[in-house]
Amino acid sequence: MISLAGRDILHGWGKFVFTGVGLGLLIGVTLTMAGVYRGMIDDAQVLIDNSGADLWVVQKDTLGPYAESSSLYEEIYRSIVIMPGVAQAVNVTYFTMQVRHGERDVRSMAVGIVPGETGQPGWPPYLVAGRQITHSHYEAVADIATGFKLGDRIKIRRNHYTVVGLTRRMVSSNGDPMVFIPLKDAQEAQFLKDNDAIVQNRRRTAENPNFNRPGVPGLLDAVIASQSGNPYVNAVLVSIKPGYTAEQVAEPIRRWKRLTVYTHAQMESILIEKLIATAAKQIGMFLVILALVSAAIVAFIIYTLTLGKIREIAVLKLIGTRNRTIAAMIMQQAIGLGLIGFAVGKIAATFWAPIFPKYVLLLPGDSLRGFVVVVVICALASVLAIRAALKVDPAEAIGG
Amino acid sequence: MADSYGIRIEGVRKRYGEGDTAVDALRHVDMQVAPGEVVGLIGPSGSGKSTLLKCLGAVIEPTAGRMILGEQVIYDDGWKIPDLRALRRDKIGFVFQAPYLIPFLDVTDNVALLPMLAGHSNAESRKRALELLQALDVGHRAKAMPSQLSGGEQQRVSIARALVNRPPVILADEPTAPLDSERALAVIRILNQMASQYETAIIVVTHDEKILPTFKRIYHIRDGKTHEEVGEGRGFD
Ligand SMILES: Nc1ncnc2c1ncn2[C@@H]1O[C@H](COP(=O)(O)OP(=O)(O)OP(=O)(O)O)[C@@H](O)[C@H]1O
Ligand SMILES: [Mg+2]
Repeated sequence: MISLAGRDILHGWGKFVFTGVGLGLLIGVTLTMAGVYRGMIDDAQVLIDNSGADLWVVQKDTLGPYAESSSLYEEIYRSIVIMPGVAQAVNVTYFTMQVRHGERDVRSMAVGIVPGETGQPGWPPYLVAGRQITHSHYEAVADIATGFKLGDRIKIRRNHYTVVGLTRRMVSSNGDPMVFIPLKDAQEAQFLKDNDAIVQNRRRTAENPNFNRPGVPGLLDAVIASQSGNPYVNAVLVSIKPGYTAEQVAEPIRRWKRLTVYTHAQMESILIEKLIATAAKQIGMFLVILALVSAAIVAFIIYTLTLGKIREIAVLKLIGTRNRTIAAMIMQQAIGLGLIGFAVGKIAATFWAPIFPKYVLLLPGDSLRGFVVVVVICALASVLAIRAALKVDPAEAIGG
Repeated sequence: MADSYGIRIEGVRKRYGEGDTAVDALRHVDMQVAPGEVVGLIGPSGSGKSTLLKCLGAVIEPTAGRMILGEQVIYDDGWKIPDLRALRRDKIGFVFQAPYLIPFLDVTDNVALLPMLAGHSNAESRKRALELLQALDVGHRAKAMPSQLSGGEQQRVSIARALVNRPPVILADEPTAPLDSERALAVIRILNQMASQYETAIIVVTHDEKILPTFKRIYHIRDGKTHEEVGEGRGFD
């Protein structure tokens, strides 16, 4: 037996290829959406993994430092580092901002890290070029996704930094590339008020009679000095000693320090279930809509093609073709359309993913699932056409 | 193989619908076509010609009567053979006013499709198709698509399709209507040749004055009743 569906497709290949390409672009968008979702999860995981931390100590009752703002007094780390099982406890700040390079602004996450060495929590775990920060001011290590080069002068708030090292896959949970700078600079930049605000603040403090007592001459100056520094960080990253579980170390910190502590797994669930949840729902909705649109297109095309063949179908039935054979012909055509579409979509997605303005992670497993879904949708979409074909009366071939 | 009766129709009636709107399309039809014989069936519009072909072609069921195709009773007063689809595939060849070829199959496969449907191998089916196409003088167009053929060539391909499973019966519904008289006569000549070569019983429904003189016997149908007439039976030369 010959393949009726195959012959029909070859005969009218123009129609099929055109429709298949259209469908394919839709499928490409669908695969990309799935890839964006995977990319977001991957970004979150990379963010957590590359932080090098086993525990995140944050302001009490916050989901910080990535999902909510959190503020801790900078000296707290001293009391954490002496807790049992703690190997390292280091301050870190995170804030998202525009980093200026020449005429260009790059949206980045500035990460303030304390002096130390590679492998310390908060530090970029590896560099692709240059070196780590060695000076306590005005040096930066940037993710290559920022587009910065070694030696570039970049501007964060009011200060200029020299890019001394480049790292990769260091991104915020939004996918913004990270720029690492010394903690002191970061604290200053994060809480930097504009000049006007500083002046206003000083004036207000000076006008407060409590600070300006005739009997205590240095008080006003001391108060003003303490106001202009910023003794806060967003989190303390903790690495634990071998032989301790994360929970063993976290428990006493929670109890004695009245701080909120997250383990690796908890942080992952915060990022994926809370931070990405809305985006994931949006993407899920898009996927459903795209699936429906694809199904509608396939159903419409196959239905139209089938209606155009009613006479031939009547003849096929009259000369003894089984209903099953005719149904298979239509379903195979729908699936054929799906296959063309999937191939086009997969190729398109692979080509445009690298230039997509968001990290797109195309997993083979998702492609496989997408493939199955396309085949199922096409098969379902052909039901309408098959019903129309099965209703055709072979007597129609004989006519009146 | 048992002896073929060709086509025998005895007292066939067909009523469409019920009650007030019922139409008695066939009131009493008696017909006999011997194996190897080609008979004409003529009658005014609405007289029941197509209805009769549909009953014989096993796509609608008569209301009463008896029909025999080849060596087989296919309908007897409410009883019908169970597998009508296989009956149509194996026992009946259809030729229509228009050729109704499958546009996406080439000429050979349009014909070979029938033996394939009957379970023969592709190679065997195509071999049979080619033989017939050559006999019908369209062998040189075997690889062409239907849309590339002239009307007469298409009609010959559709005749090849009707013949390829060697059915004992061929039903032709105005097969010459779109053809000029030369081509129309050629088609009838082919049908006659095939009838005698393969012992096929053939009914040709027609309005076509050009071909009427070729039939030896003609059935007239009027108001759903048949009358037999002796035709001129002139032949072709
Ligand atoms: N499906 C149907 N339902 C009801 N009545 C029908 C149906 N088909 C045909 N008829 C009626 O049966 C009668 C015979 O119709 P038929 O089609 O057999 O005529 P015909 O001889 O083929 O006519 P023509 O030469 O115009 O094709 C007509 O009165 C027609 O209206
Ligand atoms: Mg008719």
